[in-house]
Amino acid sequence: MKLKSLLVSLGLLAGASFAQAEEPLKVGFVYVGPVGDLGWSYEHDMGRKGLEEYFGDKVKTTYVENVPEGADAERVITQLAKAGNDLIFTTSFGFMNPTVKVAKRFPKVKFEHATGYKLSKNLGTYVLRTYEGRYISGVTAGMMTKTNTIGYIGSFPIPEVIRDINAAYMGAKSVNPDVKMKIVWANTWYDPGKETDAANALMDQGVDVMLQHTDSPAPLIAAEKRGLRAIGQASDQSKFAPNAHIFSVRDNWTPYYIKEVQAVMDGTWKSQDFWGGFHDEMLTLASINPNLPKDVRAKIDATYTAIKSGEFKPFTGPIKDNKGNVAVPANHSLTDQELAQVNWYVEGITDEIPH
Amino acid sequence: MDSELIVQILFAAVKTGTPLLFIALGEVICEKSGVLNLGQEGMMLMGAVVGFLAAYGTGSAGLGVLSAMLMGCVMSLIFAVLVLHLGANQVATGLALTIFGTGLSAFIGSGVVGQTIQGFQPIAIPLLSDIPFIGKILFSHDILVYASFAMTFVLMFVVNKTRIGLTLKAVGENPHAANAIGIKVLRVRYLAVMFGGMMAGISGAYMSLVYTPMWVENMTAGRGWIALALVVFASWRVGRIMLGAYLFGLASIMHLVLQGLGWSISPNLLAMLPYVATVVVMVIISADKFKEKLLAPRSLGKTFDPRQMA
Repeated sequence: MKLKSLLVSLGLLAGASFAQAEEPLKVGFVYVGPVGDLGWSYEHDMGRKGLEEYFGDKVKTTYVENVPEGADAERVITQLAKAGNDLIFTTSFGFMNPTVKVAKRFPKVKFEHATGYKLSKNLGTYVLRTYEGRYISGVTAGMMTKTNTIGYIGSFPIPEVIRDINAAYMGAKSVNPDVKMKIVWANTWYDPGKETDAANALMDQGVDVMLQHTDSPAPLIAAEKRGLRAIGQASDQSKFAPNAHIFSVRDNWTPYYIKEVQAVMDGTWKSQDFWGGFHDEMLTLASINPNLPKDVRAKIDATYTAIKSGEFKPFTGPIKDNKGNVAVPANHSLTDQELAQVNWYVEGITDEIPH
Repeated sequence: MDSELIVQILFAAVKTGTPLLFIALGEVICEKSGVLNLGQEGMMLMGAVVGFLAAYGTGSAGLGVLSAMLMGCVMSLIFAVLVLHLGANQVATGLALTIFGTGLSAFIGSGVVGQTIQGFQPIAIPLLSDIPFIGKILFSHDILVYASFAMTFVLMFVVNKTRIGLTLKAVGENPHAANAIGIKVLRVRYLAVMFGGMMAGISGAYMSLVYTPMWVENMTAGRGWIALALVVFASWRVGRIMLGAYLFGLASIMHLVLQGLGWSISPNLLAMLPYVATVVVMVIISADKFKEKLLAPRSLGKTFDPRQMA
């Protein structure tokens, strides 16, 4: 890893000295997983490739994959900054503090940290509104379930995941008042074996449509084997389960990366806390299965349009939490800052949030 | 909890325990000969990727398993040459093998990430699978699960009842004495290590061909390490390894099932169960110093040089 980034940066230096006209803008990426995870890191790398395709010779990108969250991350980010990158994206929540530290030491370099909340003059953050996709997933699952029981495979009980569980449940409830949701925490972002076990445990208990907040396509494969349905996560996972797959909520980082690089080139880059969803095409519904009933498909399209246009916001009050307190008052939609702190289950979810 | 759910849970426990059973059976034989191979995870991953590549290329899951076994052997041979022939430190070499296997498997498998195959289909054994309760739990699996049953019983017999088993244990307990009575210590150890590699290969193939029929980086997610704990848990007894593997399987299933049933137990606590069980067993074993010596092969992890006297 160290060697790779060193070689790449050496290559960049060599490339730069031969460049005649203007020097390309150098952009660095730090990934938490392998680019081959077919989920989170894979999509970030697709974003990086999209950037190269769009700008051609005007950008040079470098990435370091499989970077553990912790002390190693700081070293990797420092290296990228020293290698002369003008803009560095750190793409996991756990890179937050290392990024803050390095950003302080390299005030001329611009940093962007995904899913975090700490900002400074040369450090911005960017977050996906995955709950928008999750709401549509809930609507679809609520319509498709025959047992009135849908399943949710969670990773870790952090606000992002809890927010999405709420969105999915509200979506399902809006079309199916009798729906129940079973939640299982796999305690991992990525373990195909464990995700399979979780999927089977849910299906054994009467779940016939599954949503997942973990990154491997294993739950889809498990659903395919049993002739049940599931919704893909982060990237287009349709090929793993041609019959079971309903659609995948795909992360699409390319437009954002292009926008930010352009801003740096134009000198208009500013540190900000950016939230992107359907409206910005940073989330898309990939490979909607043609085998869905017509009314379900129509409802998916209608909900998508309503959220994309901003006409409908899933977290609009009145919403009560499952302890009976008012979580969102009437006529109020949660602001981005409030969304970042959701730590309650919506009314109707019978489980407790694990601590 | 109705009886049907219990059957499904136990069925899943057997399935989840099977890769652990394969790899731990291999490791226990290896350790019985006195060699500690910490490269399990690396060999398993190589088995998984090569098995998948072969099955994907030829369309035959059987060939996939064979290739995985072969790959496991090759990986363990690298280890064997280093530690047996060249006298390298077993712990360090094993760790290196894991790191090597993890990286190499990711590299050679990158082309088939996202491909799917038709793995093994379940075969219900006639008559046996009709037994109520037991039939569904034990006899409606795929062929590899049955192979793991057979392997356990064969190994129990070989280790406990035959001359081969005696030779293996002699080499692991006191290689110098074994050498003195004319046993070729290094040859026995080579074979034991390669058997371990072969079993790790099958275990990997089970992951990529049956359990989740696909290949993704690091898909074994630490099962090679659990197998090492399992060998200690089973106190180096073949029969107990089977029991332990299914208990581990059950523990990891239960924490998911209970959540689905709405029990408000912290999933972290439940996920910890298999490891807590291992620690408890290790504490019990170590409490009795004399017993510990009876159980762990006495020359475990030590380099043997036939030219040197004990």
